[in-house]
Amino acid sequence: MISDLSPQTRRDLLTMIGRAGGGLAMYQAMTALGHAAETQFSGPPALSGARAGASVLVLGAGLAGMLAAYELTKAGYKVQVLEYQDRPGGRNYSVRGGDKIVEVGGATQNVAYQPGNYLNPGPWRIPHHHRTLLHYCKAFGVELEPFIQLNHNAMVHRKDAFGGKPQRYKELAVDFTGHVSELLGKSLNAGALDSTVSKEDKEKLIAALREWGALDGDLKFTSNLNVSSRRGYDRAPGGGVNGAPTPSKINGLSDVLSSHVWTQMSFYFNYVMQTTMFQPKGGMDMIGKGFYKQIAKLVRLNTKVTSIKQDDKGVAATWTDTVTGKTGVATADYMVCTLPATILAQLDIQVSDAKKAAIKAIPYSGQVKIGLEMKSRFWEEKYSIYGGHSFTDQAIGLISYPNYDFFKDKPAVLLGAFANGAGGYMLAGMTPEKRIEAALAQGSVFHPEEYRREFMNGASVAWSRMPWILGCCGMWTEESRATHYQNLVSMDGRIVLAGEHASYYGCWMEGALLSSLDAITRLHQRALAA
Amino acid sequence: MKKLILSMALIGASSVAEAQAPARPAAAASAGDAAFGARMLGEASGEQIFTRVCAACHMQDAKGAEGAGRYPPLAGNQKLAIGAYPAMVVVKGLNGMPPIGTMLTDQQVADVVNYVRSHFGNKFKGAVKAEDVKAMR
Ligand SMILES: Cc1cc2nc3c(=O)[nH]c(=O)nc-3n(C[C@H](O)[C@H](O)[C@H](O)COP(=O)(O)OP(=O)(O)OC[C@H]3O[C@@H](n4cnc5c(N)ncnc54)[C@H](O)[C@@H]3O)c2cc1C
Ligand code: HEC
Repeated sequence: MISDLSPQTRRDLLTMIGRAGGGLAMYQAMTALGHAAETQFSGPPALSGARAGASVLVLGAGLAGMLAAYELTKAGYKVQVLEYQDRPGGRNYSVRGGDKIVEVGGATQNVAYQPGNYLNPGPWRIPHHHRTLLHYCKAFGVELEPFIQLNHNAMVHRKDAFGGKPQRYKELAVDFTGHVSELLGKSLNAGALDSTVSKEDKEKLIAALREWGALDGDLKFTSNLNVSSRRGYDRAPGGGVNGAPTPSKINGLSDVLSSHVWTQMSFYFNYVMQTTMFQPKGGMDMIGKGFYKQIAKLVRLNTKVTSIKQDDKGVAATWTDTVTGKTGVATADYMVCTLPATILAQLDIQVSDAKKAAIKAIPYSGQVKIGLEMKSRFWEEKYSIYGGHSFTDQAIGLISYPNYDFFKDKPAVLLGAFANGAGGYMLAGMTPEKRIEAALAQGSVFHPEEYRREFMNGASVAWSRMPWILGCCGMWTEESRATHYQNLVSMDGRIVLAGEHASYYGCWMEGALLSSLDAITRLHQRALAA
Repeated sequence: MKKLILSMALIGASSVAEAQAPARPAAAASAGDAAFGARMLGEASGEQIFTRVCAACHMQDAKGAEGAGRYPPLAGNQKLAIGAYPAMVVVKGLNGMPPIGTMLTDQQVADVVNYVRSHFGNKFKGAVKAEDVKAMR
């Protein structure tokens, strides 16, 4: 630790290391200095001095494409962006009343949400360490508010646990921790671990288990007021004559195990799932709109790229206007291509065979989200659930409660499904009407009396049916990374790819941005060296 | 079942980012398993597998669809003439199409392939067997 350096000198030092050893050296140095381990973002790129008249064609106006356009324009390049959809933002998307959702195959939904309500069908939560995204949100005036991630009072449901009755997360989590602590305490006391645990550690462990597991004096996990102070009471503490609380009854070990609550507990341990998390006020697409404001005049919407070519003089993309049918060719010196791999794999594109193989090596997942508008916030009023998720092993995966407009007496949109895997395919294959019916039927396990009664209308986004991506996110395996990742991200003549799929932060906006920053930094170096 | 877990572990190795969409197979290693929804298909006939899985992309009438990219039709598609081809695609995936076969048993892969090759106007000869699929894994 070099703690006696002033911030200014420290930064100079880092810049020096960066110049001498490149980004990785700088990153490693920053880590050693104790202030960068959580992100590879080291501030916006300081690109400057583009050759006069040098131009870049950017394909796709998602976050990766718009960030490239923004920073390259700042560096002095002439930039044009081509985007297939009639809106910018790509997967950074929110659905509101009046919107139309059109799927491949033609199924069309007219969204009927009340003004102010929305569904974030794609990205919905931002980790506190996604520094790149947070940086640009601040820079572009995108207001963020908390995203309630871990709600101890939300529920967990499994068809074959507790007779199919959902349980509160806090009760299961406390019971799981308690039972495990008791068992470990027993084995310690029986000497079963004496060969692996020293005497001092054994004492500490026993003290820890007592505290961590809320065990009693005999190292037993039982129903008592101490345990209730974690999992909740039978009668909660009050005032006056009947103020004294009564304890709740713990669940037996087998029941707790049947709930698989450890999957939720460990889910919340994930680095990318830890609190604090954020969401933009008013809908996730506020971020895309923030970017778009900076570069709107560079973007041609409703423009479907149909082929990509390059030679030693420049790049060219042929396109078709999806509204007028007009066709054209856009040319430039260089290209940043952020089209999803699903689309690129089917496009006539002039790059090396290795890059083509890499593009074809990334299958896409197929999530489905469903937003149900409810007449009232019964989950708050009746169940004391304010934001967070209730999980289920049914196809819908979970329901999630809105993180804005708490306590308001007006309709609210509840996330009625975030389905993946088999559940995602199953819902995607249904008509939009059937999806809503399935979401109501399955979500009713959590709020049986209110769910259908309060339901007003719903909308769904099945990612495999979205015409401009045909999927949700790229899926890598260790093997495909080893074989193809470097080939995917390498600069190929005058073309560089960017986007979520070209990062190790796949399926996060942060990955799209970091990939874009890396791509344009290399493009700029290449252009200056040419 | 064993195969399923195996393949999930395989994809589960991929990265931190898989945690994003917790119920996808890749999440198994880090972000939990079936607690986030139905991952496996479970018991299902060839027709049910088509309806619950393939139709998500190839559409219920198997005619495919087109946007910025396309889902090829399975109806009237001459590439299905040799059963090994669709079986291989289901087991290994193809470009944007994930290796769906990881969610299915050998018999289920055979069943859905045979179903597709004999419906939607398709009348291709010969049937794919579970052994054939096993050899492709
Ligand atoms: C269900 C879901 C949940 C997610 N949750 C989160 C989350 O909670 N937090 C988070 O940070 N991230 C999340 N993500 C990931 C995040 O949305 C992406 O990583 C990010 O938005 C990708 O940006 P991109 O610029 O790489 O791609 P995109 O936004 O997809 O941009 C690509 C653009 O290319 C355009 N295009 C396609 N074909 C053509 C063509 N032929 N011609 C011209 N243009 C074309 C598309 O219309 C699109 O605008 C989630 C994604 C999904 C699907
Ligand atoms: C997540 C979307 C998705 C699902 C689900 C899916 N497919 Fe596909 N499938 C695709 C895409 C995309 C292609 C085209 C790949 C390419 O060539 O770029 C394809 C191609 C195919 C092909 C090759 C067709 C050809 O002309 O070469 C066959 C066969 C096929 N799929 C069968 C199936 C079967 C059977 C199922 C169900 C078990 C299924 N698919 C499920 C997306 C999907």
